[in-house]
Amino acid sequence: MMELICPAGTPAALKSAIDAGADAIYCGFNDETNARNFPGLNFSRDELRKGIALAHARGAKILVAINTFPRASAVEIWQRAVDDAVSAGADALILADIGLMDYAARRHPNQRLHVSVQAAAANPDAIAFYAETFGARRVVLPRVLSVPEIAEITRESACETEVFVFGGLCVMAEGRCSLSSYATGKSPNMQGVCSPPSHVAYEQTTEGTTSRLGGFTINRFGASEPAGYPTLCKGRFSTAQGAGYIFEDPVSLDATTLLKGLRDAGVTALKIEGRQRGRAYVESVVRHFRHALAALGSGSEADIASLKPFTEGQASTLGAYRKTWR
Amino acid sequence: MQLSLGPVLYNWAPERWRDFYFRIADEAPVDVVSVGEIVCSKRSPFFAPHLPAVVERLQNAGKQVLLGSLILVSLRRERRQTEELAAAEGVLVEVNDLTCLRVLAGRPHAIGPFVNIYNEASAAFHAARGARRICLPPELPLASVATIARAVPDVTIELFAFGRVPLAISARCYHARLHKLAKDNCRFVCEKDPDGLLLNTLEQQDFLAVNGVQTLSHSCANLLGDAGILRESNVGSLRLSPQDCDMVAVARTFRDVLDGRHDVAGGHRRLAAAYPGVPFSNGFLWAEPGHVYRGARPGAA
Repeated sequence: MMELICPAGTPAALKSAIDAGADAIYCGFNDETNARNFPGLNFSRDELRKGIALAHARGAKILVAINTFPRASAVEIWQRAVDDAVSAGADALILADIGLMDYAARRHPNQRLHVSVQAAAANPDAIAFYAETFGARRVVLPRVLSVPEIAEITRESACETEVFVFGGLCVMAEGRCSLSSYATGKSPNMQGVCSPPSHVAYEQTTEGTTSRLGGFTINRFGASEPAGYPTLCKGRFSTAQGAGYIFEDPVSLDATTLLKGLRDAGVTALKIEGRQRGRAYVESVVRHFRHALAALGSGSEADIASLKPFTEGQASTLGAYRKTWR
Repeated sequence: MQLSLGPVLYNWAPERWRDFYFRIADEAPVDVVSVGEIVCSKRSPFFAPHLPAVVERLQNAGKQVLLGSLILVSLRRERRQTEELAAAEGVLVEVNDLTCLRVLAGRPHAIGPFVNIYNEASAAFHAARGARRICLPPELPLASVATIARAVPDVTIELFAFGRVPLAISARCYHARLHKLAKDNCRFVCEKDPDGLLLNTLEQQDFLAVNGVQTLSHSCANLLGDAGILRESNVGSLRLSPQDCDMVAVARTFRDVLDGRHDVAGGHRRLAAAYPGVPFSNGFLWAEPGHVYRGARPGAA
């Protein structure tokens, strides 16, 4: 049975995820060391310790994401996060930076390490590098791969593989994108934010709504159209070759219908994106995938309840997993 | 301060690509030239026949030649290609994806701007495993650059100093998507845009440029006015990234300003004349949005 890995941005969401049937919950500290560094989100040291105690009492695991790239001259902030997560009893650390992995592997040789999607290990050679050099036990695969590619990588992989099945969809290689910092000065790699709310503005006119990020127009909506959040790579732009959603439509990933393929591919764990989302999201999405996995295990038809309310722009895609564009 | 020329990122006609490097070899005052198709593995076969002659011409002209690896390696043939490259003898490989590191196994190499090195610990890790040159990610601010350069004094630290700034790489090809083609049957439509396909906002603000699977800035990085402070910060090399313009003139301008034969203001005018109509940017260096341009500061070259 594949493990279900669920997000928690707050202790309340963590408890909801456990109640809904998560095998493991991933979370981060409330600072720039994690890639969902939003105000009011994430865990203090004390909250993490309590969360781990609760999870362990309920038979669930806690994975701590320390997955931004440490700022030069401040590396010890990230190293301390590693030390504190280990001493709190984290079941695994999810790391992206090579220097930090090196530190964790030396300082805490018995600690289980996972390679974050931000590390962009997209093939068996890169995965083998992380497994051989740092003893990494699992790699979170980029969302740019198709199911057959995932199967091939997993077959050759020197460690377990984990894939995203639901939530926000990066169309660029994760951990290798500076679009957000080009427009706003804030980047996923450095500040743990992409297209941050602090740089978002909406302008209402009689013709509709214009959304901007860092002063750049990301989209324009008619008066009757719902105005979506201006995530940079999901915007509408104009080129000599035509205008529209040049990179990707404003959709979320939903791989519910691909679970069998992912299981047959040998994938160890399924990940739900969304540490920035509320309890209702966590509870509904986790429960949905718990049912789908149970149905998969018993060979019956999965009851695919609609997760539409939880998807971006109320639309979902199989993403790269089914490469219609190849 | 060295000058280096980054690899051509765009899909130029092969003969034009070859002649570009021949002219660089003969006329451009650059010390290091990184060559090879690093953006899209489908383009590589077009340049491969010309590569030996280009490398030879550059080396005969006294340039150090680096062979760049693919930025995003996923297919089996891309892995094989990367492995063969990393095994190459007699020439320094420029690593653009960690896939290479296993094969390199500690042999001397260079690291390109597509490998995430954000701090001194990561730089030291790579230095200990054979990195001799590191071109840092373009989004790094000066404070980080200085700290890293101090931490690895034996490594030549390079910064992306001219050209549209590479911002993202994807498995998906946006040129193909725009032309309503599948990636596997793309007809190499990216060749129509030798300087990138400009992408504007719906309100016609200049914003980005599309180059197949790669997304770059619309603006052109220009660290000419920052060269003085970069030199003080132990940056040892400035990278010029080829655009569809007179790159020999660009290289001469940088060399002249670095050597004190021209002032920065005159250098800017020459760069603007060589690459007209494209705004400059250096915001990343000053911890501002990357598209911002801040003029020369006190103490600049």
